Amino acid sequence: MKPPSIGALALGIIPFIAMCFSVALWDRIEPMILGLPFNLFWLILWILLTPCCLWGAYRLDTKGPGTERGS
Amino acid sequence: MTPAATALTVIIAIVAIGTAVGFLAGSRQRMDLEQWAVGGRGFGTALVFLLMAGEIYTTFAFLGVSGWAYSRGGPILYVLAYLSLAYAASFFFLPQLWEVGHKHRMQTQPDFFNTRYGNKYLSGFVCVVGILAFIPYLQLQLDGVGIIVSVASFGHIGRVPAMTVATVLVIAFVVANGVRAVAWVSVIKDVLMVVAAVAIGIGIPLAHFGSIGAMFTALAHARPHHLTMPGATANLGHSWYISTVLLTALGFYMWPHTFGATFTAKSADTLRRNAVVMPLYTLTLALMFFAGFAVVLITPHLQNGDLALLTVVGRIFPPWLLGVIGGAGALTAMVPAAVLILTAATLFAKNLYRPLFAPAMTDDGVARLARGMVFFLGATSLALAIYGSSTLVSLLLTGYAVVTQCFPGVILGLYWRRASGRAVFIGMIAGVLLAVSLMSAHLDPLFGLNAGFLALCINLTVAVLGSLLSAPEAARGFQEPRIAARPLSE
Repeated sequence: MKPPSIGALALGIIPFIAMCFSVALWDRIEPMILGLPFNLFWLILWILLTPCCLWGAYRLDTKGPGTERGS
Repeated sequence: MTPAATALTVIIAIVAIGTAVGFLAGSRQRMDLEQWAVGGRGFGTALVFLLMAGEIYTTFAFLGVSGWAYSRGGPILYVLAYLSLAYAASFFFLPQLWEVGHKHRMQTQPDFFNTRYGNKYLSGFVCVVGILAFIPYLQLQLDGVGIIVSVASFGHIGRVPAMTVATVLVIAFVVANGVRAVAWVSVIKDVLMVVAAVAIGIGIPLAHFGSIGAMFTALAHARPHHLTMPGATANLGHSWYISTVLLTALGFYMWPHTFGATFTAKSADTLRRNAVVMPLYTLTLALMFFAGFAVVLITPHLQNGDLALLTVVGRIFPPWLLGVIGGAGALTAMVPAAVLILTAATLFAKNLYRPLFAPAMTDDGVARLARGMVFFLGATSLALAIYGSSTLVSLLLTGYAVVTQCFPGVILGLYWRRASGRAVFIGMIAGVLLAVSLMSAHLDPLFGLNAGFLALCINLTVAVLGSLLSAPEAARGFQEPRIAARPLSE
């Protein structure tokens, strides 16, 4: 069993910061973008960006050499 | 035909087709215990995707999310975050879980706990926690069918008969076919769900406001506080949001059925690729937000927010479309209900009853007991749905507060050799007791935080400290499969 690499974990934490911990920064109505309140727009944007982060993690962990081997 | 008759005919036709497909799928295969519960470990990417989607996009998505968008406002945004983050988190432990499960031939969540910690009382407790958390979840599904049919029939058919028929159908296809039936029914359901979501989420704002942007502008003007947190609530602010998103994102794969579905994947890589793609599925939920928010202006002052979506659909759309949406909604409730009942029954028979009370029971005996449990669980959850009252979102959050208490045991078990079964056990007991008592004392949220999340923190702290305090030489990690494959008593 191969645990995830540090690089992959770092990519994986990005969506958590953007969609969860930083809520106080983006939970507002203005500016409305594409007709959506800012908080809704922000979350939808990150729904699209989360697969990008995970795809990066996928590339790192399935192709990258030198990932640690676990027990 | 009257509008009610048209809508109901379409609903019944869709449910009948869905059920027929369920019965036809896999009916030519002999079902032994493993076939029945994990589909023979042969599912490919596409079918696993559909199986997981069928379990994930529930009544909660259809009626619950729009209902809270209507009645609570801003706090419901947690749903968009938690689903994406659940997949993000899963990327980092599901593939590893699959590998361990494959090596040790695990079928269920308690199998994992028993193999890793070698404590049959701990794995028995995990069963109890899973079944306990399923109760509000099942109740949610049946409530949904009741709401759909009573709104679609314009009040002619009551909740109780509708829920009873749905329960009987669910039991029938679970007993006859096991999990393959459920996978095929969700093919139909998923297609209909997308059609329904687009029709509702785009149609309602367009019909009433001209565009989605105009709808939000009007809402921001009329009810400026509804769209941000805490919305229409007193205490669901930012700290509640963060703690709830974490609790639910980490708990998403702790449900016995989502955990168990992991083992049906073809490979660890299938699960990695699913985790990358699945967040995109969450986008369809945004449409439910549009619908729920639109109803705030169209039909304010509804008693029950969960009725908001369908009430407006019934007013705006022709009856046959209400029927299509209702049919999709009914299948959306019945597919997960089937998975929940099947999983709970298998857990009870295989992981609770046999190891603790009847070690000599044969696999055939376990399969028979599981089928018996399907009837019992169906009847119990039907009774609870008839007599209970709670919003759909609250029901799911209650389930999460309980089920996420399994998370420390799973993650520490996978990645930390020193994690001790006894410490994990005590942590879980503390977490479950705390979550249940805070919620039944109406102390949720407490200090602005989700009560289940507070309980999870205590649980994790106890598990980690307890493991550090226990003797290092007692650390067992995963034993070789030869040892784990023995009968469950050590």
